[in-house]
Amino acid sequence: VAPGLMSAMESVDGAVRTLPSIGRLSRGLLFGGVHGRVGLSPSSRLLPPAPPSQENVDSQKTTFLLRKQWTLYSVTPLYRFSDTHLKDYARLLSAFIAAEKQKGLAVEIGVELGIKVAISSLPDLRGSDRDQAAILVQLSSRSPASPKNSEEKVIWSGWFCSVSGDDFSENVPEDFTCLPLFLANGAESYTSIVGSWFQKTFDCCFRRLAISPLNLSWMAAMWTGCKVDKTASAMELVFSVPHLPQPLDISYAIHPEDAKALWDTVQKTPGEITQEEVDVFMDCLYSHFHRHFKIRLSATKLVKVSTAIASAHCDGIIKFLQSQYLTGVLMLLTELAISQIQ
Amino acid sequence: HLATSLPLPSERDHLRPRIDMIVFMIDIKSKYSLKNVEASLAYVDASFFLGKVCFLVTGVGRVNCCSIEMNAIWKLGEIYSSPVLFCELEMEGIRVATAQRLLRMLQICAGHIPGVSALSFGSLMRSSAND
Repeated sequence: VAPGLMSAMESVDGAVRTLPSIGRLSRGLLFGGVHGRVGLSPSSRLLPPAPPSQENVDSQKTTFLLRKQWTLYSVTPLYRFSDTHLKDYARLLSAFIAAEKQKGLAVEIGVELGIKVAISSLPDLRGSDRDQAAILVQLSSRSPASPKNSEEKVIWSGWFCSVSGDDFSENVPEDFTCLPLFLANGAESYTSIVGSWFQKTFDCCFRRLAISPLNLSWMAAMWTGCKVDKTASAMELVFSVPHLPQPLDISYAIHPEDAKALWDTVQKTPGEITQEEVDVFMDCLYSHFHRHFKIRLSATKLVKVSTAIASAHCDGIIKFLQSQYLTGVLMLLTELAISQIQ
Repeated sequence: HLATSLPLPSERDHLRPRIDMIVFMIDIKSKYSLKNVEASLAYVDASFFLGKVCFLVTGVGRVNCCSIEMNAIWKLGEIYSSPVLFCELEMEGIRVATAQRLLRMLQICAGHIPGVSALSFGSLMRSSAND
């Protein structure tokens, strides 16, 4: 009996490792050993600290990060990366892009005259001093139609960051720099070129970071609890219904004050959220919906969460809406990126 | 025999053969499936939990679609002293391996394997899971 048992376990394990090559099946944290005992996800998380009255994240510098759609990736540690060589990297990347264009790979007809690359450091985007400062890469160009000395327009941005990723970076050998989260905005072709250059130069690996419905519900709960100054926009949850001949999406909008009032009755310890509290919060929302529409949202897939703080989509797309909670959201995303790497 | 929830309809009680094992299937993509299983457990006679119940978690290949927190499932296994198995129905190899495994367990639960009782097998599975 015992041998039969072992081979079945191995085949499941093997499946989890080989699945990425098959359609859209995803590799799992299910069998990862991150928390000691197999299969455990955090049962509680610390809330991002409330925004300080004096902003330690200079909102001026980070405004350009707001209200844009960022596609998320996890990045393995970069080998022999140094933030004192940013200008050199920019030069090398620029040459690489020019070479790729010559090969005909960057195809956007009639757009670029020449792509300029700027790589800079964003020292305020980090959780603590133990985190590596964020690194911003921007591609800009002048359109052929505009006059010669006109402003260059940023056509693509990408930034690496790590917020409170010190548990991970502590265990990594010396020559490596940990910036596990990468966010990109702009044409996919540029993301792929920039990504290839970094992968080749620093021996790292980029992977799209998807967000599971479970993590989306954490975000819904965490962000609902955040205090917002002006009138907050409605909280919106989007669900996709499986197994139907034609795809069906359900959008559930909740008045932000009602959502906050519900969350306040659920959350017990200030500064910390438990899985139970998230479950109770979501179950209340689901039962309310079921009472009115007789539809069980718990049998559908939560694909998108939008609140006044930020909005997140399960394909790994995020939009930041409030600068004072930027680091808070990044902290959670960094955690997800690290889980995907390990 | 497949049922979407318990209790089974009482009209067919007299026609039903003896039940040797119950496999509760939880789809990791559906929170509702966990709630359904939790509600159905209340209708199971205590004697089944001596090795004749197991939890089968499906959809583990699609972890990015995970709607259930794993702790809840492990806790269920602990509370009901029953093993938790994992499989991915979309892959034929896993499907077949899992089916063979369940069949083997069923043979033990039905008493067809001399020298191995459902209870002893259940505790064997639990101790190997804790390693």
